[in-house]
Amino acid sequence: MLENNESQFLKALQHDLHKPKFEALLSEIAVIKNEAIYAANNLEEWMEPEYVEKTLSTALDECYVLKEPLGVVLVIGHWSFPLQLCLIPFIGAVSAGNCVVVRPSETASNTAELLQNLLPKYLDNECYHVIYGGHKDAQNDLSDLLQHKFDHVFYTGDATTGKLVMQAATKFLTPVTLVLAGKNPCYIDRNCDIYMAARRIAWARFVNAGQNLLAPDYVLCHADVHDKLLKELYTCVTEFYGEAPEKSPDFGRLVSIEHYQKLKELLGCGKLFIGGKSDEGIKYIAPTILLDVKENDPIMEKDIFGPVLPIIKVCALEEAINIIRKREKPLAVYVYSSNFKVISEVMSRTSSGCFCSNDSGMQNMFLTLPFGGVGGSGMGCCHGKYGFDTFSHRRACILRNIGIECVTYLRYPPYVDKNLSLILWASSLSRRSSGWCQIS
Amino acid sequence: MDQMKNTVGKARAAFNSRKACSLEFRKQQLQALRRLLTENEDRIADALHKDLNKNKLDTQVFEIIGLEGEIALLLEKLTEWAAPRPVERNLLTLMDEVYIQPEPLGVVLIIGAWNYPFVLSLQPLLGAIAAGNAVVLKPSEVSENSAALIKELIPKYLDKDLYQVVCGGVAETTELLKEKFDHIMYTGNSTVGKIVMEAAAKHLTPVTLELGGKSPCYIDKNVDIDTVCRRIAWGKFTNCGQTCIAPDYILCDKSIHEKVIERLKETIKEFYGEDPKKSPDYCRIINTHHVKRILSLLEGSKVAYGGQYDEASCYIAPTILTDVSPTSKVMKEEIFGPLLPILTVNNVDEAIQFINQRDKPLALYAFCHDKKVLKKIVAETSSGGVTANDTMIHFTISTLPFGGVGNSGMGAYHGKFSFDTFSHHRACLIKSLKMETVNKVRYPPGSPEKVKWIKRLITKQVNFGKLGLVFIGLLGALLAVLMKVLLLH
Repeated sequence: MLENNESQFLKALQHDLHKPKFEALLSEIAVIKNEAIYAANNLEEWMEPEYVEKTLSTALDECYVLKEPLGVVLVIGHWSFPLQLCLIPFIGAVSAGNCVVVRPSETASNTAELLQNLLPKYLDNECYHVIYGGHKDAQNDLSDLLQHKFDHVFYTGDATTGKLVMQAATKFLTPVTLVLAGKNPCYIDRNCDIYMAARRIAWARFVNAGQNLLAPDYVLCHADVHDKLLKELYTCVTEFYGEAPEKSPDFGRLVSIEHYQKLKELLGCGKLFIGGKSDEGIKYIAPTILLDVKENDPIMEKDIFGPVLPIIKVCALEEAINIIRKREKPLAVYVYSSNFKVISEVMSRTSSGCFCSNDSGMQNMFLTLPFGGVGGSGMGCCHGKYGFDTFSHRRACILRNIGIECVTYLRYPPYVDKNLSLILWASSLSRRSSGWCQIS
Repeated sequence: MDQMKNTVGKARAAFNSRKACSLEFRKQQLQALRRLLTENEDRIADALHKDLNKNKLDTQVFEIIGLEGEIALLLEKLTEWAAPRPVERNLLTLMDEVYIQPEPLGVVLIIGAWNYPFVLSLQPLLGAIAAGNAVVLKPSEVSENSAALIKELIPKYLDKDLYQVVCGGVAETTELLKEKFDHIMYTGNSTVGKIVMEAAAKHLTPVTLELGGKSPCYIDKNVDIDTVCRRIAWGKFTNCGQTCIAPDYILCDKSIHEKVIERLKETIKEFYGEDPKKSPDYCRIINTHHVKRILSLLEGSKVAYGGQYDEASCYIAPTILTDVSPTSKVMKEEIFGPLLPILTVNNVDEAIQFINQRDKPLALYAFCHDKKVLKKIVAETSSGGVTANDTMIHFTISTLPFGGVGNSGMGAYHGKFSFDTFSHHRACLIKSLKMETVNKVRYPPGSPEKVKWIKRLITKQVNFGKLGLVFIGLLGALLAVLMKVLLLH
């Protein structure tokens, strides 16, 4: 589906987000294809029952964990990566054997419509459905959808809607996976290759015009390297997007006027260093860097999700860690340092969905790492085998013999102290040899 | 209530002090909990006897042994489980460290149940401690003697700030649930399970819910009925049927129906004598509210054996019910008592259909000599867990996850599954600032060449030994040079 209709998907993404072809090919098309191929190649292994270590009393039995589909899964996508954030969980759910209802985000309407048209042409029409109600009353549509019983709900988006999704799921005791946006901090240590750091941070912040769950949301820069960082950031933003980023084919647009307006309000915080230019007609905000931002400025209150990067100067690592810890656990924490002790310190004293040192935004490209949040940034995860596991039920199975009652009889009433001693002795034996033994 | 806020606040402050980070500390706490059990065995047995008329063997077998085994396992494996878990890398990250680091979640709330008051409170507690969390434990107020003993003993053995015990009923639990936790584990019924999940949703707190359901028990026609009935009777009548994974009802082949009833009657007599009320090995119902509830389920069915009761002493005899309608009250809700309805089916397909028309149960039991038939039943149904040719045993194997699905719950625990449930698995990518030539491909301005390179770099998964790493290091350097040359063109 992706290969045969690549140009249509690229066009839809262009319309929705002015997504540069380069980004669309890599962060949407290639990544999804990669996931599908990885799942197809490993599916048989993932589906195999996992035989487990047994106790003395179950030595002759078959003990294993079976991976079973849950039933009907609901995947609610997000507009920032309208294909990836629908189809990667979709692939996990399909590989685990479920039927799936996909609800792409109505905000990226061109992509949603295209998906709704194309998916039924390639996949089984009974098992897999795309629900797209158009740009009407999206919030109510979602509430209506959540009135139905699902066996798992996967949601990517903001924390407020995440809570509503979980509350709705409560009615049917439906487990949920929530991947929620947050403020991903990025600490730059005084011992650091600033040239590299600036490039990696700028790339991660401005890709998709900053509309990326894993983008560094704000920078905490050590005072010693603050000025050098600014110099390098200035250079690389110009390198990436030229003097007039609105003309660059490699810079995206904001998804909607509402989103543009929310971001425009934040431009007044701190002091403008680069960018600041905006154009409502084309939903454009230039790659922008703000300095001298205070901790309680509006821009530090909620996740930015746009091409605006506030930089807060800190005097010491401790100050940076305290700022990070005051906030909800984010999806990612980033540290740039050549000193492993600093990296270790930040990692051990903060918590986040994922952690990356000396880079940003790369973690979710790896199928062997779980992609998910913790605390305010969500619960559960997906990608690769984690997707398969999320959408499976791990059923504990033990197949015994009806014979060998000579051992089992010990557990039946009427209880005799002699039997109790025997059982206690057998269980201590089993404990010494690892695992533990109940009566059998 | 301020008291709840203070309690949770204390636990959180203790967690933030990072003393539970050290594996040594966690092991010490687990060892202390082991001492709590061994030094207070008699008091525990006494509390259980007062709450449920449980006898010494049941206490040992169903409460103590399991906990001691779990502690031994955690002590042995903690270092291994808490260590970073390396993952396969791709060509882009071959010089980097890529792994998953299990981390504590923070403050965990554990709400215990009354039917196995110690194991269902303390086993989750063990997992939460091992994973490095602070814990607020709320044992069930219904088993009041056990709850009081837990409240008294925990602070004597464990760190007083990290691990708090809160006692109380509905009002106290409601207040407690208003506070923010980093994980909530609840064992009980689905009505309260929904209340717990609703409260958790307000703070985006993940939950593990161990709920009940009607665990079906299928008996095929070609089985050794003697042994089968003994195993079922043991599973059903232990703890007076008050076990979340007790076989709730029997579906047996029509041809063996009479024999099953006869053999069950004989087994009950073997276990508990002619008058189970006099047997020291037969428990009592937890309270009169539940006695009334269970007795109301008798309506509409025929009592083939048992049926006697004494509300004042919370006694209900082991009871077999026949002529049970699938729509009767006893078939609508989880029995959680010593009533065993027997329904007949013509074949295994009918049994499977019957089971699938109902909510997914916590456990499923099937008795059959033919492994193919057993595997068919497993493949065509769903449940938290399965024990074939016995009852309840899957609970005892710590290498198997114990948990429900659908209405019977979400999440799992026991052994490593406990550790993992109470941990956050943080994806970690420790990159160097080197290899920038390789990384340059992703920066704008974009180009088709760059796209091709990136696709190559991210699609291949690699897993190397030490020699392989040396080789890859050289390859990486060569790659960097090659790319610099090619991209310049």
